[in-house]
Amino acid sequence: MPRSQIVTIARFTLLEAVRTRLPWLLVIVLAVIFGTAYFIQQLAITESVRLQTAFSAAATRFAVVAVLSLHVLTSIVREFNDKGLELTLSFDLPRSHYILGRLSGFALIALLAAMLATLPQLLLGPTMAALQWGLSLAMELVIMCALSLFCIVTFTQLMPAASFVAAFYLLARAITALRVMTDTPLFGGDSWSNQFLALITESLSLVLPALDRYAQSTWLIDGGVSWPAVGANVMQTALYVALLGAATLFDFQRRNL
Amino acid sequence: MARDERPIGSVSGRVWALLLIALILQITWQWSQPRPVAAAAALDAPAPVSALKLSSFGEPVVLAQLMTLYLQAFDNQPGISIPFRDLDYQKVILWLETILALDPAGQYPLLLAAQVYSQVPDQARERQMLDFVRLEFLRAPNARWRWLAHATIMAKHRLHDDALALQYARDIAKYAPEAPSWARQMQIFILEDIGEIEAARILLGGLLEGKQIKDEREIHFLMERLESMKNVENSTPMTKM
Repeated sequence: MPRSQIVTIARFTLLEAVRTRLPWLLVIVLAVIFGTAYFIQQLAITESVRLQTAFSAAATRFAVVAVLSLHVLTSIVREFNDKGLELTLSFDLPRSHYILGRLSGFALIALLAAMLATLPQLLLGPTMAALQWGLSLAMELVIMCALSLFCIVTFTQLMPAASFVAAFYLLARAITALRVMTDTPLFGGDSWSNQFLALITESLSLVLPALDRYAQSTWLIDGGVSWPAVGANVMQTALYVALLGAATLFDFQRRNL
Repeated sequence: MARDERPIGSVSGRVWALLLIALILQITWQWSQPRPVAAAAALDAPAPVSALKLSSFGEPVVLAQLMTLYLQAFDNQPGISIPFRDLDYQKVILWLETILALDPAGQYPLLLAAQVYSQVPDQARERQMLDFVRLEFLRAPNARWRWLAHATIMAKHRLHDDALALQYARDIAKYAPEAPSWARQMQIFILEDIGEIEAARILLGGLLEGKQIKDEREIHFLMERLESMKNVENSTPMTKM
């Protein structure tokens, strides 16, 4: 049963995360951030809760993205090094099922991590805003897991894959600001270099998800965002994960194992 | 590292189709999104100095420099240029004070105050900046006199406020003994300029008597100046400029 093979691989991906103590690592990271946010709140003279909430949300988002991306990269690298991949594929298992199983497993881990990361925010911000933030963070994490999987399958080495994931994340967070800057430059708007930059930025924005629209700490501070905005995050995630999944399958099918 | 790869033709048709469809959908989705619009963000007050010192991890000067660059670039936000007159000058001053608290030896915030933010075409804001420069000058007169000297010129020629210019010039003479003599003599020339020849003459005479000036050429120049003031005082009635 092909579907059961995908589910089995997803289940083992989840089991691997538990056995490598990923949940505990996340709990420790979240506790450190929560403690630091409380410390910052104590230092602030005014708007202390605002400062605490903003720091907690922004630091949590960044830390969870980093931890999960590294988890995906190291998990697949370990499988490459231990020859576990060759063993798995020696069974009657299509390559596409292996990738889909891994992707599903990592996506499930992303959802669970986002739930865990939302708990401290529920204590700090309005409940509805924290839930919207958590859902949006889950979508962002799913994209980053899919991207990490794609990178490690493509590059096979940890360093280039991790560098690419970091660069992609920073660019995806900054792409809207870059578009605005190249759209309306403060000077030299007609020069060919500006027009070339604008063209490059516009092209990049078509193939990148605008991650700056995801899980913003201002939602928790200012009391939430409209549900259609969160829905747009979900829609963009579905499209982008499909694209990354297809790209991973494409590359994986070309590999000689 | 070279990789052992199969030819592109080995990729199944379904994967090709999925990749192309997903790519087209992604581009269509992003294409259909509204274009981002540049919007000016308000300048927030800086965090407390104690929190900033803590978050600088023992490098408050580096943090101060980064904050200076952030403040300096604030009027150029992505895709938009904010006129200085639209900035909240109280908050700008808070930022400058915080930066100086983190890096007291730094001159950059005073340069920004005296020569950048004071160029705003709004006298009230201009005065705010000059007052800030004076307050900071009083904290370290010998290190910061040049910015008050600049503020003196600004008060005299941009604000046309002779009393304010005279006050600044007197502060330099009174509190900054290490300032060069031209800066400490500014009050004399302002007094002369506004027609207070008698007061200027007394000050200049006192300066020459007090042997505070060592340079022969400077003494000669000031003596000539003193003589010229005496002649003017004897020959023409005083007029305020």
